[in-house]
Amino acid sequence: MNVETTRPTAASAVAAARAEPSRLSLGGYLACFRGIVWREVLRFLHQRERFLSALVRPLVWLFIFAAGFRQVLGVSIIPPYESYVLYEVFVTPGLVGMIQLFNAMQSSLSMVYDRETGAMRTLLVSPFPRSFLLLSKLIGGVAVSLLQVYVFLAIAYFWEIEPPLIGYLTVLPALVLSGLMLGSLALFMSSVIKQLENFAGVMNFVIFPMFFASSALYPLWRIKESSPLLYEICRLNPFTHAVELIRFALYGKLDVTSLVIVVGCTVLFLAAAVFAYNPSKGLIARRGGPGGGGG
Amino acid sequence: MSAMTDSTPLALDVKGVSHRFGDYLALDNVSLAVPQGTFGVLLGLNGAGKSTLFSLVTRLYDNVTGEIRILGDDVRRRPTAALQRLGVVFQSRTLDQDLSLAQNLTYHAALHGIGAIEARRRAAAALERVGLADRAKEKVRHLSGGQARRVEIARALLHRPGLLLLDEPTVGLDVGSRESVIRIVRALVAERGLGVLWATHLMDEIAPDDLVVVLHKGRVLFSGSVPGMLAAAGASSLPAAFRKLTGTEGLEAA
Repeated sequence: MNVETTRPTAASAVAAARAEPSRLSLGGYLACFRGIVWREVLRFLHQRERFLSALVRPLVWLFIFAAGFRQVLGVSIIPPYESYVLYEVFVTPGLVGMIQLFNAMQSSLSMVYDRETGAMRTLLVSPFPRSFLLLSKLIGGVAVSLLQVYVFLAIAYFWEIEPPLIGYLTVLPALVLSGLMLGSLALFMSSVIKQLENFAGVMNFVIFPMFFASSALYPLWRIKESSPLLYEICRLNPFTHAVELIRFALYGKLDVTSLVIVVGCTVLFLAAAVFAYNPSKGLIARRGGPGGGGG
Repeated sequence: MSAMTDSTPLALDVKGVSHRFGDYLALDNVSLAVPQGTFGVLLGLNGAGKSTLFSLVTRLYDNVTGEIRILGDDVRRRPTAALQRLGVVFQSRTLDQDLSLAQNLTYHAALHGIGAIEARRRAAAALERVGLADRAKEKVRHLSGGQARRVEIARALLHRPGLLLLDEPTVGLDVGSRESVIRIVRALVAERGLGVLWATHLMDEIAPDDLVVVLHKGRVLFSGSVPGMLAAAGASSLPAAFRKLTGTEGLEAA
């Protein structure tokens, strides 16, 4: 019954190899995509500390920082809000963005780590087009961030952050987009970072500047009052637009400017990442590749 | 189907490949051929260029000069067809430690477009082959180094490649594990007609009827049979022949 139990000669082994489909079918693409996403999610669920810290981080901000800040910072009525909102309510989309930012950077680092251990190489010897593999991996990371975000939003609901129910649905495409943008930025970074860097470096030079110089923690008009320069920086920060996209979507609204900027940045970062991982042109080829050159 | 009917294509055919990293010439006009059903040993010291060659064959980056064919398909021009017939065991450990053996294998099968049901069937057969069928549900973390290596070999076979590359697969293994890994791979060559390129610096892994390719400082110094290598160097043992060919007689043997 099993063909493999017979002892094929060299010639019939070739025949067998030839018998395998030499083109990749649509079903094959689907299987590959599913496999990559499934691995990302499975790995995340197995790393309980990562799940916990991914959840505790925004909750600490929400429960402690936002509660303390509530008295200091009054938030006037600005879209998409239709009435005065508590600071906790204002800051929630920013914290959702933070979850995705951390998740993207973490998966970027895991990719650097993967590269060193060889898991990235296992991925890259797949016969599927490299851009497809990288995009699948990216979507796997986004799926993980969605898990984190929805658990966070569920907990926040009991902290009286109660967006309209439809908001939980309309925010989904916004989350996918912002996740893709941050993920592709991180993917590009993973090809640039040569050695396995510690997380502190990325925190200081990427996560903190992106997070603080954005509309995650304070409305932009507030920043404008104190520093016009910082205001401009915030407006140039793609993360600001990711947060605004999420903020509006959570209330069933669309911020077109943010949408355009987030889509544009995603395309840009993704192209850069695909270029960097391109076998003939990319940075890997120039530098000697994952795990260092020579050897 | 293909036009290549004159003879069965070589499992691996490398012709005139050079590669540089900046000013450093890692591979200098390297040519070698591994026919199907052949156990080829790529012999070289650390830094000889073995890993660079493997990176080019696995298309981590493209070869700039020369050509590399896997079962007749050019790695650069027809990467999909070429990579579909290639199985690799990398030097570093590449399994997910927190996932089970079966999960690792189904992930790899997915990377080759094999659906879940077929993947499970093949994974079971492949684990059977390397003697780990009863541990399919265990996490990789709980395996010994030798067992993990065997899983990596099982993984490399899932998509039924015609060429198997192994980059120093026995590094860090104890004697018993080493022997079982070598035995498994040699059986694959004999039974399935696989072409194997086995990179190593350990000469006791070479059998009398293997194909030997000596790579030194990015250049192929010898390619042929074991008796041929002894004759070419005028030596009576492989280590002596290797030292003579590479001009490292004064140095300590690896």
